This record gives sequence, C-alpha cells and structure tokens, in this order.
Amino acid sequence: MSTQYSSAEQPESRRFSEFMAGASATVPLLVGAAPFGIIFGTLAEPNGLSALGAIAMSLIVFAGASQFIALGLLAAGASIPIIIATTFIVNFRHILYSANLVAKVRHLPHYWRALMAFGLTDETFAAVNNRYQQQGNLQQAHWFYLGSFLAMYSNWVFCTYIGLTLGNIFPQMQNWGLDFAMSVTFLGMVIPYLKTKPMLVAVLVAAVLAVASHDLPHKLGLLLSAFSGIAVGLSLMMLENRKKKQLQVSE
Amino acid sequence: MNEVYLIGGMFAVTFSVRYILFAMAGKVKFPPWLNRALEFVPPVVLMAIIAPNITMPKGELWLSPFNPWLIASAIAIITALIRKDLLTTIVVGMLAFAGLRFGLGM
Repeated sequence: MSTQYSSAEQPESRRFSEFMAGASATVPLLVGAAPFGIIFGTLAEPNGLSALGAIAMSLIVFAGASQFIALGLLAAGASIPIIIATTFIVNFRHILYSANLVAKVRHLPHYWRALMAFGLTDETFAAVNNRYQQQGNLQQAHWFYLGSFLAMYSNWVFCTYIGLTLGNIFPQMQNWGLDFAMSVTFLGMVIPYLKTKPMLVAVLVAAVLAVASHDLPHKLGLLLSAFSGIAVGLSLMMLENRKKKQLQVSE
Repeated sequence: MNEVYLIGGMFAVTFSVRYILFAMAGKVKFPPWLNRALEFVPPVVLMAIIAPNITMPKGELWLSPFNPWLIASAIAIITALIRKDLLTTIVVGMLAFAGLRFGLGM
C-alpha cells in the first residue's frame, strides 16, 4: 500500500484527504454534540454566566462535560477554586486518552502536539483512535486528527452561540432534556468496546458505583467509580490470561 | 472579572491534563499492566459520566419504565447492538427520547 505512493510524493493531497476523512469521521459525533452545545448556551445566562463568558468558555476551555458541570456549580454558588478543581477532576480522563495516543504523536513538533492536546475531546479521541488502529500509512494521520478537532471545535462554538440566542427566545428550553444528547452519544461510543467479559464487567461496575456515589462532593464519585471499574476489569483480564496459560501448559 | 479567572483556571487545568504526556512525548514508559488498564479507560469513564444522567435525571434514582432517559437509552443500546453504526444509534436514541418525552408527555 505505502509502496504505491509514498507520502513524500504527494504530501499535500494526502494531508487534505486525511483532513477530510477526519472531519467526516467526526460528523456522527457532531449530531450528539450539537444539541449539547446548544443546551450549554441556553443554560449559561440563567445559571449566572454571561453570554460573552459562555462563548469564551467554549472557545478557550473546550470541554463539554466540565463546562456543563461548571454551570451547575455556578448556579449553586460554588467558589471559583472549587469549580476549577472540579474541572480538573472531570477532565482528568483526558490524560488517559493522551497516554493512549502518545506513541502515535511523539515524532511530531511541539506546536502540533500542543494543538492536538487542546483538541483532545472524547469525540475526537474516539474518531482518531479508530484511525490509528488501522493498518497502512499513518504518516499524515495527524491531519486526520486536525480535521476531527476543527469539526468538533467549530461545531461546539457555533452551537454555544445558537444556544445563547435560542435561550433568549425560548427561556423554557432548559427543561427540554437536550442534555440527553450527550448521554446517547457517549452510550453509542461505549457499546463497541463491550466485546469481552472483563470490559463488560468493568463498565457495569463503573455505572453502578457512579450512581451510588453520585452525592459525594465535588464529583469525586466519577473518579472513584472509574478507577474501581478499571481495577475490576484489569483483575478479571489477568485472571483469564492466567487460566489460558495454565490450560496451555496442561495440554 | 470573575469570569476571566474562572475561564483562565478551567483552561489551565484542562489543557495541562491534555498536554502533559504529549509534551513529554514518550520519555515516560508505562509498564505492561498500565497499558492494559488504559484500554479500559474510555468506556469506563464515559459510562461513569452518563449512568447518573440516565438513571437519576432529576437528582434522585428513577428506575421506572416511565423514565424517558432510561427507556430511550435502552432503545439506543439495542439499536447499537443491531446496527453497529454510531449515527443511527444517536439519531434513534434522540428520536425515542423526544417521542417519549414530548409525544407521550413522560
């Protein structure tokens, strides 16, 4: 495959096709992110964040779930340090996404890696992780990443703006349950992972614990249930591997 | 002014978390068990975020066939298992939610 046309021959067209492939692989995820961005926009002003603040948050922070949680904390009168600490906890999962990707990006210059880090969302990770698991020429795959990131980013900022506008026209919109869009998108991203028993058990443990620990302060239940799910899944996987080895020995 | 601190702080922690490993670019090597653990991270974290949204949309546990968040999620899961296509799953799930909540007034 890579012998037919090396990336040195036509880097520009290769880059463009990677960029477009990244953007189009992200389109399904925009369907879920768009209503979620809109509801963030509609909720901003009723919860005490100015319209300018909402747009700035989407432009600068660019982290949907934590922006949403920040609004809830603002409305509850939480102090700024508490909101920032919660943001850290909610977004800590991204370090694990970056750990998954680091081997694929370490050859790139610093400005590329910084740009990719800024754009590292759940959705772009899902799209890009798929791309990196394919065989073949990955030399220009960072353009795929850029395409996915810019699709998500422009959509997120634009939808925040739409939400601010709609929120002023239909103030009751915040009760429509548009936040379900985030849930169903994440759900659709989880299902393909559930191919082995350890993975299924890990996800179920995390789900039950997240509900049970929901009332813990500062969203600590999120981290607790994530780490517990991972620990249980990893233990099961290691047990299965040990059994397989024993079977091979006895045969 | 407060919003400048708020957004600046949220940016600083979010970007740091996303950038630190990319910045070090492989100068840290993970042991094999940690690599295996990382495979569990995305689905587990995503599920930990959404499970309370679906089962306690109004703040209290609501396990009932009249909870539109829960029923629409079940429909989305079935769709995902049959069609294995993300866009279909999202669209069907959201239509189911809208139908239950606004069509049937649940």
